[in-house]
Parts: sequence; structure tokens; C-alpha cells
Amino acid sequence: MTDGPSLAVALVVLAVTLAVAVASPPYVSEAVAAGAGAVLLVVVGAIGLSGAGDALRALGPTVGFLAAMLVIAEGCRRDGLFDAMGVVMARGSAGSPRRLLAFVFVTAAAITAVLSLDATIVLLTPVVFATAARMRSSAKPQVYACAHLANSASLLLPVSNLTNLLAFHASHLSFLRFAALMVLPTAAAVGVEWLVFTRFFAEDLTRPRHTSTRPARPELPRFTVGVLGFTLAGFALSSVVGIAPVWFAVAGAVAITLPALTRKTVTPIALARAAEPGFLIFVLGLGVIVQAASANGLDTAVRAVLPTGGSLPDLLAIAGLSAVFANLVNNLPATLMLIPVAATGAGPVLATLIGVNLGPNLTYVGSLATLLWRRVLRAEDTDVDPREFLRLGALTVPAGLVAATVLLWLALQV
Amino acid sequence: MRALVWIIEDTWQATIDDADALLPSEAEITLLHVASTEPETVARAARRGLLGRHPPPPPAPQELQTISDQAARELLTEARARLGRSATLQARRGRVEREVVAAAEHADVLVLARDGDRERLGPRSLGPATRFVIDHAPCQVLLIWPDIAPELRTIPPPPPPGGPAPHPPPRKSPRPDGRNPQGP
Repeated sequence: MTDGPSLAVALVVLAVTLAVAVASPPYVSEAVAAGAGAVLLVVVGAIGLSGAGDALRALGPTVGFLAAMLVIAEGCRRDGLFDAMGVVMARGSAGSPRRLLAFVFVTAAAITAVLSLDATIVLLTPVVFATAARMRSSAKPQVYACAHLANSASLLLPVSNLTNLLAFHASHLSFLRFAALMVLPTAAAVGVEWLVFTRFFAEDLTRPRHTSTRPARPELPRFTVGVLGFTLAGFALSSVVGIAPVWFAVAGAVAITLPALTRKTVTPIALARAAEPGFLIFVLGLGVIVQAASANGLDTAVRAVLPTGGSLPDLLAIAGLSAVFANLVNNLPATLMLIPVAATGAGPVLATLIGVNLGPNLTYVGSLATLLWRRVLRAEDTDVDPREFLRLGALTVPAGLVAATVLLWLALQV
Repeated sequence: MRALVWIIEDTWQATIDDADALLPSEAEITLLHVASTEPETVARAARRGLLGRHPPPPPAPQELQTISDQAARELLTEARARLGRSATLQARRGRVEREVVAAAEHADVLVLARDGDRERLGPRSLGPATRFVIDHAPCQVLLIWPDIAPELRTIPPPPPPGGPAPHPPPRKSPRPDGRNPQGP
């Protein structure tokens, strides 16, 4: 059902919310913008109170899941997991930038898959940067690798990316089945990145090095790694034991936090901040805003362009269009718009995820729209040549999309 | 004589040794290191790409710039110790090639090392940054090979007579036989 004025209002509110999120002005946060936008849409009648309530109820468990995973990631940082990873990378690479890149690929892919792309970008990247600096090696390929793998490796598990969490419910897949279908596409996407990176950055990677001293053995925080292992095992067994994966995430968050709370190495306030309430409100508000736009005709428009079949050409078209969408807006709103339409089967949902997760690699800031916004706002970034990373994106994204989608299609045949 | 010696992580030892051997003893030496800010920008921008997230800063904030500055300081100090002469240290940040050219403004000679392919003689032995610096240097340039220079036989043989020219002739130029194709 299309309601022109309501749709227009909803789209304007969405644009303003995204603009606030990109520009992050000091006087208004994106949580306030998204929350106020959602309330405004209810007040003007673009979405009914019950419609907004349904959207919030549908998103509630996902947002809870997200909060638990953020707390787990913060616990891993607190317990020194990322610093230990830095030592592992420095030792393993033995002074060779190419070997360091290999270690960064493996580590970033693992961290992204288990703790989500946010953990790779926020927590792992500084460690990788410091490791490269200590090795006296160019940090450029390594930092680009973190930025790219945070997206490419985020296909694997429902917890690897917020987009996956948003789509997980609609896919009607168990945690394990999701992972089984996505393991080959993830491997393909990461493989494409490796092939392109080792050629693109050949000059930075092939310089012979005078190796320095080997760093001491890393001390992996065993308890933290154990909690992560149990949480993952819980995810895998969730469908067998009939408990939703979100509860294992909550249990993991509690287990990783309780010792620190009793030792008073973390305060409840710091803990609450680690769960990023502002971000959670932003996601909820965005959900209501997109729901308002969808209910007033945006879904009809999306349905008109997005194929919903499970054939290989359909899946390729879905992945490609989703990637374009993710670059036009950002992959978060793109997922919220596309998933309800694609939810005709596991194939279209997962192809959508391939598109919205790999698409942002076209730039380093998540989407072409974000990049253009930032350039218009002249928000720094002046010391980076845009042609260079656009070329890197052009080399990896289309190839990754095709390879991942073909392998998804193959996995769906068995 | 004011000499500016630009060192990079990979080849600083060789650059320092050659500078010491080639620069006269009365030269006023400045050792220069430029940290590229590009990785920091990419890391920061990727973080901004996570729309709506403002993670709390870790309790001991090891900002990327702090790490980078410390690494540069250590490298320059080690380089001066290896040089064994008095030298001014200069650490800059930004676009590497432009910062080097700017730093060379008041120098008489700039010492730098090839940073590309070291296996054979040829244009690939210069990376983009070094090429820019050599093209734009506002002073004399002393370009060193970080290792022993490759042998002459690493240059590809000239094309056989009558074969294709090594580079295509520029468009709109007179033909090699001197006749104008549009002419009578």
C-alpha cells in the first residue's frame, strides 16, 4: 500500500537520521535523531503505534543479542586477548611483512567471525597497527586488511555482523546451518581479498627485512578463550537443545564479566557503557523508521527491483543489488529494507547478506554515500588518495560477490 | 653544506652508512623520517563507517599517533647512533612524498635510497614516493642503492633492429620515415 506523503516523511526522517550518523555533529547524537525520528513518525501517523510496537518487538531480541556480544568483546579486550593476538602476530611473522599480512588475515577473519566486525575495527586494528610499527613495517596493507576483512569475513556466523543478526530470524535457519551454508562463501570472499591484497600491496610486502628480536611468548587469557569457546559451542548446539542462541550470548557475557565485577576491575557504569546504549537505541529507532517507510510503499518499490527466487542468476542479482543498496545508504538501513522482501527462503536472505556485507568494501567508510558525505563536509581524510582504495574496492568487491554467491548457490544444492 | 638524509624503515641502515661515507665531514646533517598518516586515517574512517557506534575509549588509550610517533623517535635515535656524527633529528607526519620535498626546501643535498625492486636496474627500482621526491626535489639529490647495485645485465636487451620500438611513438608526431601521412 503506497501512501505518498507518509512515505515522503519517512524517507526524509531516514535521510536526516543517516546524515546525523555520518556527520556526528556535537549537539545531537544519532540515538536522539533516530529516537526522535521514530516518535515523530508515530505522531504524524506515518506508522501506527501498534506497527511501531511490532517493529520494536521484532528487533528486541536482536538488540539484546548485540548488547551481549558487545559486552563479550569488551571483556576480551579487558582480559588482554587482543594484545596477546598482537604478540602472536609479531612472533609468527618473524619480520616478514607478507607473513604478518597472513597472520592479520587469519586473526581478523577469526575475530570478525566470532566477535563481529566491530571488534575487528575498534579493538583489533590498533593492535595490528602497533604490531606493524614495532616491526618497522608499513602499516598500510595491514590496516586496509583489517578494514576489508571486517566486512568479508563477517559472512560466516549470525553473530559476525549486525546485518546477519537482523536477517538471522528471517532466514529460519539454525545457527549451525547458517554457518554451514556461509562457510564456503566466506572462504571465497577472504580468498579473493588475499589474492588482490598480495598483488596490490606487493611493493609494501616484498621489501627484504632485517629481522629484529623475537618477542616473548604471548600469554593468552585462558579463561576468556574458554568462555568464548563455550559460547560458540552453545551457539552451535542451540537448535539441538532448543534454547535460542541469544541466551548463550547472555551467559557468555555474564561469565566474562562476573570475575571482573567481583575483582572490581570493571564498574557497572563502564559495563553499561560497553553495551553502548546509544547504539542500541539508534538501531531500534532506525528499525521503526525503516518500517514506516516500508509500510508506506518502500517495500513495493524494493519488491519491484529485487528478485526473490533461488536460482543462481536470481541470487547473483540479489547480491549485486544489495551491494549497490548498501553503498547508496549504508548496510544497516539497507538490510532493514531488503530482508523483509528477501525473506522468501534461505537463499535470497543469505545472498542479500553477501551483498550488504561485502558491498561496503568499495570504500573504507562503509558506503559510497558515507564517503561522499564526508568529502562534502570536508571532514579530513585528505591524506588518502580516493582513487587508490576505490581501485582496491573495484578489484575485490565484484569478484568477491560473484565467488561467494556461486558457492552459496552450490552449498544450497546439497 | 646542509644535508638532509631521508630514512625509511626498510633501508635506513644502508642509507645511514652511505651518507656517512659520501658526505663531507663538515656537512650539517639532518636525519628525516616521515610517518605516513594514511593508515591512521583508514583506521579512523573505518571506525566512523560503523554507523551509530561510539565505543567507550579504552582506559589506557594508545592512540595510533602515539604509537607512530614513538616508533619514529626510536628509529631516528638509532639512526643517529649508527651514523656516529652529530645530526639534527626531524620527524614529520602526513603525505610522505610531499613532506620530504617540503623538508628539503633549505637543504643543499638530499640523500635517499631506492625503495622499489632491488633485483634489476630500471624504473621499477623507484617506488611512487621516491619517484615523486626525485622529480620535485628543490635541491641536489644523492640517490643510493640500499644493497650492492644489480649488474648491468639485468637491463633487458634493446629491441632488435626493425622490431617494435620500446615505447610507442607519441601521437601526432611525424612518422619515422619523415613523410606526413596526410600529405600528398
